[in-house]
Amino acid sequence: MSLNEEVELLRQIPMFQKVEQSKLKLLAFTSERLTFPAGEMVCEQGEPGDSMYVIVQGDADVIVNLPNGPLTVAQLHKNSFFGEIAILCDIPRTATIKAKTELVTLRITKDLFYRLVSEFPQMTIEIMREIAFRLDRTTQDLQQARNDLNKLQGVD
Amino acid sequence: MERNVFSFILKYSYRQQIVLVLLAVVNMPFTMLGYTLVEKIVNEGIQGFRKVPEMVTQADGSTIEKSVKTTIDFPEAVFNIGPEFDQVIFLFVLVGLFLLNILLLQGIKYALNVYRGVTAERMLRRLRYALFQRILRFPKPTFKKTSQGEVISMITGEVEPLGGFVGECFSLPVMQGGIMLMSLGYMLIADWKLALAAVALYPLQFYIIPKLQKRVNLLGKERVKRVRKLSEKIGETVTGIGEIHAHDASNLELATFSERLNGIYYIRLQIYIWKFIIKFVNNFIQQLGPVMFYSIGGYLVIKGELDLGTLFAAISAHKEIGAPWKELLGYYQRQADARIKYEQVVEQFAPAGLFEEERLMSEPESPVRFEGEIKASGVTLTDDQNNSILDSVSFTLGLDKRVALVGGGGSGRDELAEVMARLIDPDRGTVNYGEHLLQGLPEAVTGRRISFVDNAPFIFNLTLGDNLFYGLKHRPLKEATYEGDRKKERDSYVTEAQASGNLDYDLAADWVDYGAAGVEDNVGLRRAGIEALKVVGLDEDVYQFGLRGRIDPEKRSDIAEGVLKVRKALDERLTDPSLAVLIERFDPAAYNSNASLAENLLFGTPVGDTFDLDHLADHPYILEVLEKVGMTDQMVSMGYQAAATMVELFSDLPPDHELFQQFSFVSSDDLPELQGLLAQYTKDQLDGLKPHERAKLMSLPFKLVQARHRLGIIDDAVKMKVLEARKAFAENLPDDLSGSVAFFDPDRYNAAANIQDNILFGKIAYGQAQAQDRVGSLMREVMAELGIIETVSEVGLEFEVGIGGSRLTGAQRQKLALARAVVKRPDVLILTEATASLDTSSQARILDGLLTDFEGRSIIWGVHRPAMAERFDHVLVMKGGRIVESGSFEELSKEGTALSQLIAAEAA
Repeated sequence: MSLNEEVELLRQIPMFQKVEQSKLKLLAFTSERLTFPAGEMVCEQGEPGDSMYVIVQGDADVIVNLPNGPLTVAQLHKNSFFGEIAILCDIPRTATIKAKTELVTLRITKDLFYRLVSEFPQMTIEIMREIAFRLDRTTQDLQQARNDLNKLQGVD
Repeated sequence: MERNVFSFILKYSYRQQIVLVLLAVVNMPFTMLGYTLVEKIVNEGIQGFRKVPEMVTQADGSTIEKSVKTTIDFPEAVFNIGPEFDQVIFLFVLVGLFLLNILLLQGIKYALNVYRGVTAERMLRRLRYALFQRILRFPKPTFKKTSQGEVISMITGEVEPLGGFVGECFSLPVMQGGIMLMSLGYMLIADWKLALAAVALYPLQFYIIPKLQKRVNLLGKERVKRVRKLSEKIGETVTGIGEIHAHDASNLELATFSERLNGIYYIRLQIYIWKFIIKFVNNFIQQLGPVMFYSIGGYLVIKGELDLGTLFAAISAHKEIGAPWKELLGYYQRQADARIKYEQVVEQFAPAGLFEEERLMSEPESPVRFEGEIKASGVTLTDDQNNSILDSVSFTLGLDKRVALVGGGGSGRDELAEVMARLIDPDRGTVNYGEHLLQGLPEAVTGRRISFVDNAPFIFNLTLGDNLFYGLKHRPLKEATYEGDRKKERDSYVTEAQASGNLDYDLAADWVDYGAAGVEDNVGLRRAGIEALKVVGLDEDVYQFGLRGRIDPEKRSDIAEGVLKVRKALDERLTDPSLAVLIERFDPAAYNSNASLAENLLFGTPVGDTFDLDHLADHPYILEVLEKVGMTDQMVSMGYQAAATMVELFSDLPPDHELFQQFSFVSSDDLPELQGLLAQYTKDQLDGLKPHERAKLMSLPFKLVQARHRLGIIDDAVKMKVLEARKAFAENLPDDLSGSVAFFDPDRYNAAANIQDNILFGKIAYGQAQAQDRVGSLMREVMAELGIIETVSEVGLEFEVGIGGSRLTGAQRQKLALARAVVKRPDVLILTEATASLDTSSQARILDGLLTDFEGRSIIWGVHRPAMAERFDHVLVMKGGRIVESGSFEELSKEGTALSQLIAAEAA
């Protein structure tokens, strides 16, 4: 795939929609395209991380290690991104990401990420929107879980 | 060592000195004969008269002897010997004799000079060797006071002029003094009054010059001292360069250096001034001679009391004596200089407590092993400021015990370990290993039966393997064989070494004590080395060095064949599609999209700089090949496209931006020029480019890696052309360039590439997750199947570690030092904080490995964490230079013991 085709692909990702053509090209040129075979781990919970990923093609599972074993908590599809928490907060990876099908990703290093968000407020907003959306969903899940727990305790 | 330079010279070169003096003496009569011949040629040969002494009656009636010119009645015999000749032949015979004499004289002089040179160089070699040997015999505390820089400057620079002096030490005064005396004698016979007049002022010189010289000598001494300080400063700067930069201390260092230079400058200036004062006085007195001749002699001539001819003779005689006299005075100055230098150097190399030579050189009659018990009794040590370090330490331990020495800073723990390893000798007390008294053992025993490693071990500038086996090379054990010319060379090497009192051991011989490592030969040794590396956890690093190492396939055909097998075996594994994406192999008939265009064109590894991949576009042959396949214009236009993209991507980034350096294949310096080019020419105006602009653009596409850069410039048509160019390049490669590239050949080992590249025979693909690691483990698997992992590690032993091991990390150096201590299989392994600088998991692994490896042998380990003592058979706890507790860890770890306090303090 040539650079120009790649730029077109990136353009379809909401996060990058408002980014100038030339910057998008720079992003495509400097970020690594990484292909993971199905079943391969992209990142592992607890490990330090220095980059975030955008899924260009394929699906991935989000897995959290619980005391009683790993649990798949969500799925990621084309155009979604992950790994931003580790580079934003300098904490270890909060979940394991595993390729479900053959997974093509764009790996954006920490430095490049900071450069992009500081130059393109639009991109920052898109990321914020996505993170907020995830928070909302998590809150809902938490609410639901609490209700379920209360019900269980009420039955007992 | 001899305290005085003359006794040193006499002791080691008296024979040569005698020969030199004899040559100088033989030289003299021929010199005199030369003068006589010249006179004879002028008077008898050319003018045809000779001076004959005759009694002449003077006006007052007295008779004196005078030489009177008498015409010769030719034919005459030369020197009244042999046949008679008429004047012309007579002259030619004389001139012939003169010529012969010149030849003889110069021949003797040549022999004298060469022999002088040989003597001088041998003595210099002997002196340097003796000084170096003394460094090896210095007791360890001496190095606290002696800097590296000083010692180097003494052995290299300071003694250099001594060599020259050795050559002339006796022969020069004999020769020049002889010539002078003979001239003087000649004159005395001719006219004793004038002769005396000519040398009348010499006593004055004799008196004044030494007085002046003394000042110069003192200054010379001072200069030597200051130059040493200067060397010390230079040495310190090189060693501490990191600290200097880290603290912005360059100015301070420069100022310090400048101050020292200033001191030297003034001293040198003083020396110059005094030297020239001496020269002035010398010349002045010398010139006083003619002044006296002209005034007094002239007066006498006017008064008719002196013959004019006699006066001239006196003046010329004075001149004649002047030359050797000058030489003698110069010699006097040089010998004063040499004397001082020698004394100053020797003084520095005679510290108190110098080891006996036997300690270094002697070999025990039968191999010694330490068995039974270690017994230390009353070991007492104080430092150079009289502080007590060890206070009558006594203990007895089995030589099969692994002992932990526990103690804080200043407890004497490290010093005790050094005493046990005989790196320092105690002031009082003894250490016994079995029946052997440690202090009486030569290094041939201590250095083989004991290993010692501290926390800052030294690694030599050799290969990793040579460092590893450093402790096995004590003496040449198997002589190298020599034949023909090589044998002659070797023989003369031995003769020369002996003539200078140097050691004549052959470095090319096999020095390795295989038995000590418990192996038979070199193959076994390498295996044992790798085992030792495993004990300390350095084996993986060495395997990696091996992968990146190069071999000569002719010499190591076994390795080359093994590597080719792995390459083939990899083919099969790569039929698996999930692995196939990881490597794109080199195919002579296909373009490799993970390699740069340059690599695709060359299709080989450059040897030397001729086809340096970064400058391929500059090479005329490459340009010729491109022209031949009709690709030149295409390359320029590709360069234009690439430049356009680079400018588009990077032009508004600051030039020092990280992305720039990481990703751009155009340097930030070139970007403005390319920008200019793009502004000046459109895509269709490329024909108008100036030659250097074309060259610039053309150089760009060479660097393109299709899979990585993805600029869409390298399409199928381009690939076809490159393949065509690849073929043309190889087919027409001129003979003088054929050595500059090692082509990729699926069936052959590429000597210019490293082992990993030879195995891969291709490029690791871009864009595959963890490709590097996955390929690494794939290679390892295949190599393990074929059993050549160890072979690769053996190549890793050839890794050059750099000065002081600088190409290794600190941890690697430490581990290497430990492996070096293990591989020689000592009876006693002594360590002080030898793993302190390593990470926790390495520490645990090494502790484990060493304790297992030394089961039944002795370890004395000054541990950096008291808790480590738990793993040992026995624990000695030290405090204030004494052993305060001794026992097993269980016994000592009860409440209230010093050990438990130390452990608690560590945990806190």
